[in-house]
Amino acid sequence: MILVLFGVSCIVFFISHIIPADPVSAILGGNAPEEAIEKMEEKLGYNDPLPTQFYNFITGAVVGDFGVSLRTNNPVMEDIKRYFPTTLELTFLAMIFAIITGLTLGILSAVFRNKMIDQISRIFSIIGVSMPVFWTGLLLLLFFYYKLGILPGAGRIGFFSSPPDHITGMYLVDSILTGNWSAFKETIVHLVLPAFCLGFLATASIARTTRSSMLDVMKQEYIMTAKSKGLKNSVVIIRHALRNALIPTVTIIGLTFGSLLGGAVLTETVFSLPGLGRYITQGLLSLDYNSVMGGTLYFAFVYSLVNLIVDILYAVLDPRMRV
Amino acid sequence: MAEIDTIPKTKKELWLKRMKPYFEDLNHTIDLWKRNLLAVIGTVIIALFILTAIFAPLLTPYSPIEQNMSVKLQAPSWEHPFGTDQFGRDIYTRVLYGSRVAVQIILIITFVSGFIGISVGIIAGYYGGIVDDILMRITDMFLAFPRLILAMAFAAMLGPSLVNVIIAISCVMWTIYARLARAEAIKVKKQPYIESIKSIGGSDLRIIFLHILPMSISPVLVQITLRMGTIIITAASLGFLGLGAQPPSPEWGVMVSDGRTFLIDQWWISTFPGIAIAVVVLGFNLLGDGIRDMLDPRLRR
Repeated sequence: MILVLFGVSCIVFFISHIIPADPVSAILGGNAPEEAIEKMEEKLGYNDPLPTQFYNFITGAVVGDFGVSLRTNNPVMEDIKRYFPTTLELTFLAMIFAIITGLTLGILSAVFRNKMIDQISRIFSIIGVSMPVFWTGLLLLLFFYYKLGILPGAGRIGFFSSPPDHITGMYLVDSILTGNWSAFKETIVHLVLPAFCLGFLATASIARTTRSSMLDVMKQEYIMTAKSKGLKNSVVIIRHALRNALIPTVTIIGLTFGSLLGGAVLTETVFSLPGLGRYITQGLLSLDYNSVMGGTLYFAFVYSLVNLIVDILYAVLDPRMRV
Repeated sequence: MAEIDTIPKTKKELWLKRMKPYFEDLNHTIDLWKRNLLAVIGTVIIALFILTAIFAPLLTPYSPIEQNMSVKLQAPSWEHPFGTDQFGRDIYTRVLYGSRVAVQIILIITFVSGFIGISVGIIAGYYGGIVDDILMRITDMFLAFPRLILAMAFAAMLGPSLVNVIIAISCVMWTIYARLARAEAIKVKKQPYIESIKSIGGSDLRIIFLHILPMSISPVLVQITLRMGTIIITAASLGFLGLGAQPPSPEWGVMVSDGRTFLIDQWWISTFPGIAIAVVVLGFNLLGDGIRDMLDPRLRR
C-alpha cells in the first residue's frame, strides 16, 4: 500500500507539474509585470529544478504538509481537516442508505426470483446507475425545495442556526456528543436529499451483486440440508444464505465507496455543501496546485484505506481466506 | 447415395459447411436476444441514439449555436418542443446535436482506452515476471484514485476542452481493461498449444497477435460495452463541473450546468439534456447487461 501511495504521489505530482498549465498567471492575471511573475515563481518554488520540487513535495506529504493553498491562504492540510468531515458524513449517510436499500432489494429479488418484486428492483437499480448524479440532484432540489418547500436546499445547516461545537467536524456526530438535538435534526434534514441522491447511485450495484450471490448460495447443498432440517425459511435465508452471500457484496460495497467519493464531488457542488470535493473542484478551476495535490492525494489515501479495510473484512467474513 | 449427397461439391458449400456451427451459434444468440425484452429496448435506444447523431441536422430547422434573443427562455411549445434557453437557442436542437458530441466522446475514448488497456494487459500477462510487476503496479496506482477525481485532475491541468476530456477519461478508463486482459492472457498462455507453437519456433509477436489476442479479447470487449454508459456520465460530469467541454458546445453536461441558474422558473433548460443523458446511459446499460447475459455460458446451455 505504501508503494502504491508513493506512486500515487508521483502521478499527482506529474499531473500538476509536467503538464503545462500556468498557475502564476492564473493568480496574478495575464498582464502582470515580469518582476511580479518572477517573484511569485520564486516564492512558490517553481524555479527549483523538478527533482527538488518533487523531493519537497514528497517529504512534505509524508508528514501531511502540502504547503499553502493559493486560493484560501491557509495550509492545505487545515483546509482538508475543515472540509473533509462534510464529505465523510455525506458519503457515510449515502452508504448506509445504499446498503440498506441495496441489501433489502437484493435479498427480496433473490428470494422472489422473477416475480414482480424482482422486476421492480431490477428496473429501479438500472435507472439508478443511469441517472447522472448531478442531474438527479438538481431534480430533487427543484421538486422538494422549490416546488414543495418541505426540505431545505443548500448548505449543511440552516442559515440562522449555529453548528454544534467542533469535535470531529461531522455535525451529526458532534451534535450527538454534545446533546445538541436541534442541530442534529437540522443537519439530518439538510443531508437527506444529497445522501439519497448519492446513495441511489450505489444501490444498484449492491442490489444486483447481492441478488446473484444469493442465488448462487441458495443452490448449494447445505441450504437444502438446512431446509430439510425443518428450519424456518427466514432462518435459512438470514443465517445460512445471507452470511455467505455477503462476501461478494462486501467487495462491491468497498468498490462503490470509491465511486461515492467521486460522486460526492458532484453532489457537493449541486447542494453547495462545503466538502473536500467542492474544495478540489474550486482549486482546479483556479489552478491552485497545492490544494489540488493535497486534496487529491488525501482522497486517494482514504480510498486505499477503505480498500484495505475491505480486504480485512473479507477475511473476517470468510474463514477460508485466513492464512 | 445418401453419403454422396453430404459430401460438399463446390467451394461455396464447403464454406457453408465449415461455417455451420457459427451460424447456429449466431441464430442462438439472436434467439436469446429476442427473449430478453430489456436488451431489445436497450438496442433500440442505442440505434435511435446513433441515428440521431448521424441525422441531427435533418431533424431540426434550428442551429444549435446561433443565438436568437427574441425567443429566449420560452417554455416548451410546438415550435420549440423542449423550450429555449437564455440565448434563445432551441433546446431540442441542442440535445440532438449533443448526441453527436456524445458519440464522438464514446468512440474515441473507447478506442484509445481499449487499445492501451488491452496492450498493457496482454503484455503484462504474456511476459509475466518483472514486466508484469511493473505494469501492474502502475495500474494499481491509477486504480488507487476514485476515478472521477483523477479524471478531473487530468482535465483541469490539461485545460478544459472537449479534446482534453477525451484524453483525461482515456487515462482513467484503461486500467479496468488492462486487469481483465491480463487475467485472460495468463489463462490462454497456460494452454498446451501455445507451448507447442513456441516449440516449433513461433516468435513472441506472432504468438501475441495471432493466438493470445484473439483468444482473450472477447471478455474485454464485453466489459468495454458495459463501460460506455460510464464514459458518457463521466464526460457529462466534467462538463457540468466546468472542467470539460466549454459553452457554447451542446454537450449535455454543460447544458445541464447552464440551466442551473434558471432552475426555478425555467426548469426545462436543465431537465431535457439530463433526460437525454439518462436515456442513452440506460440504453447502454440495458444492452450491456443483455450482452453479458447472452454470453453467460450457464444461460447459453
